Amino acid sequence: MIRIEQIRKQFGEQEVLKGITTVFEQGKTNLIIGKSGAGKTVLLKILVGLLQPSSGTVWYGDTNFTQLTAKQKKSIRIEMGMLFQGSALFDSMTVEENVRFPLDMFTNMTRGEKKNRVNEILDRVELSGSNKKYPSEVSGGMQKRVGIARAIILEPKFLFCDEPNSGLDPTTSIRIDELIQRLTIENQMTTVINTHDMNSVMEIGDKINLLYFGELAWVGNCKEVMGSDNEILQDFIFASPFLQRLRDAAQTGKRLS
Amino acid sequence: MLQPFYHIGRYMILIKSMFARPEKFSMYWKETLRQMTDIGIGSLIIVGLVSLFIGAVSAVQFAYQLGFSTVPRYYIGYIVRDLMIIELAPTFTCLALAGKVGSNMAAELGGMRQKEQIDALEVMGVDTAAYLIAPKIFAALVVIPMLVILSAFLGMAGGYVACVYGGLVSDAEFMQGLRAFFVPYNVFMMVVKSFVFAFVLTTISCYQGYYVQGGSIELGKASTSAVVISNIMILLSDYIIALLLT
Repeated sequence: MIRIEQIRKQFGEQEVLKGITTVFEQGKTNLIIGKSGAGKTVLLKILVGLLQPSSGTVWYGDTNFTQLTAKQKKSIRIEMGMLFQGSALFDSMTVEENVRFPLDMFTNMTRGEKKNRVNEILDRVELSGSNKKYPSEVSGGMQKRVGIARAIILEPKFLFCDEPNSGLDPTTSIRIDELIQRLTIENQMTTVINTHDMNSVMEIGDKINLLYFGELAWVGNCKEVMGSDNEILQDFIFASPFLQRLRDAAQTGKRLS
Repeated sequence: MLQPFYHIGRYMILIKSMFARPEKFSMYWKETLRQMTDIGIGSLIIVGLVSLFIGAVSAVQFAYQLGFSTVPRYYIGYIVRDLMIIELAPTFTCLALAGKVGSNMAAELGGMRQKEQIDALEVMGVDTAAYLIAPKIFAALVVIPMLVILSAFLGMAGGYVACVYGGLVSDAEFMQGLRAFFVPYNVFMMVVKSFVFAFVLTTISCYQGYYVQGGSIELGKASTSAVVISNIMILLSDYIIALLLT
């Protein structure tokens, strides 16, 4: 579980986060949603320690992460995995080398053990047989899955995903969502996903945190979205005219024109 | 106005943060070997060509300067040797390497920063300054002095070919010059210069790449700055070493 209290972040005069307090629960896919510029990426970077908050605290279990030194943070970071928006794979390494990198760096496993582990993880993300390919030789969706495989190979307690669906077609996007949700449940991870993909919100949002201009505007789950009368949430979810028509049709029981 | 102090301070902090305990020594060693190959083998052609030609040009120019003077012709070999050892081999080699190796390092690190690969390593718990920069500097400190020594020999070889096959002096005269008035201290000075220049060009280039922000234009600027600032600092430190060691 990750708990954040009164997180504020300022860049010069501009306050990007204005006192965010929430809990990201274990075994659930916790979403951070909001329009571009709402502060989602900044919040995610604060959670993983790439940015220091101007004030407030981030708790990993009982550990105050914000007060740890860089060396102390390493012990928590070993338990983190992160999927970046652009996958952040190492171009000069093959898929297998990318996925194996955390094992090479942090474990004393033998070559054979590492190979077995990599194959097992690649199998779980449905990438068996892609070991020798380079990132430039696989599709965007496959790159995301390689990124997920690398993020979970050390069996982290915490998984962070920054816009996992960006640049993907709807079908691939759904597969990535399902994969993340399945891994979250299987490994009982605390998963935090930063997204503005509506399908993700409606399908895998076990806990949804809506950010609006640096403030937490709404908290709930995917089942509560439709019934909520929060205007900011409704404006965000049904921003597109198509979705508005879909909602109206559902409410009135008429066919979609 | 305070911008240079900001950069100097951040550069110092980066240098300090490189000296962290490796997460796994074998991974750092593997990276160091890769860098040694890149810097050493990858720079042989450019260093070889630059050295051969500056040795040849120095010999021909000095022969021209001698003209019909009473200075013995074998002095050409002596001058080429000392020019190469004291100044041309370390300085020209490192200026050339700043262009090739320095810009490459800045672009590699800058690209990694832009593609969030450095962030990915940070989140994994890897000390990125130590893992990405220290092997480059260690490799450069081992390989660049070797390249400089090779450059000195190739420069003399270039001078020999230009003079002997160009009919400016005989083989015996040039070889006599190469052996005349040899001061071993000059070799020490060359090695000191090569270590200092190697450190300067790699740390400045890595600094420029590591802190890149923005897009491809900024990456290009960082790569150019790496070369320009490294060259200026190499020439400045060359002057300081000359003052201190002569």
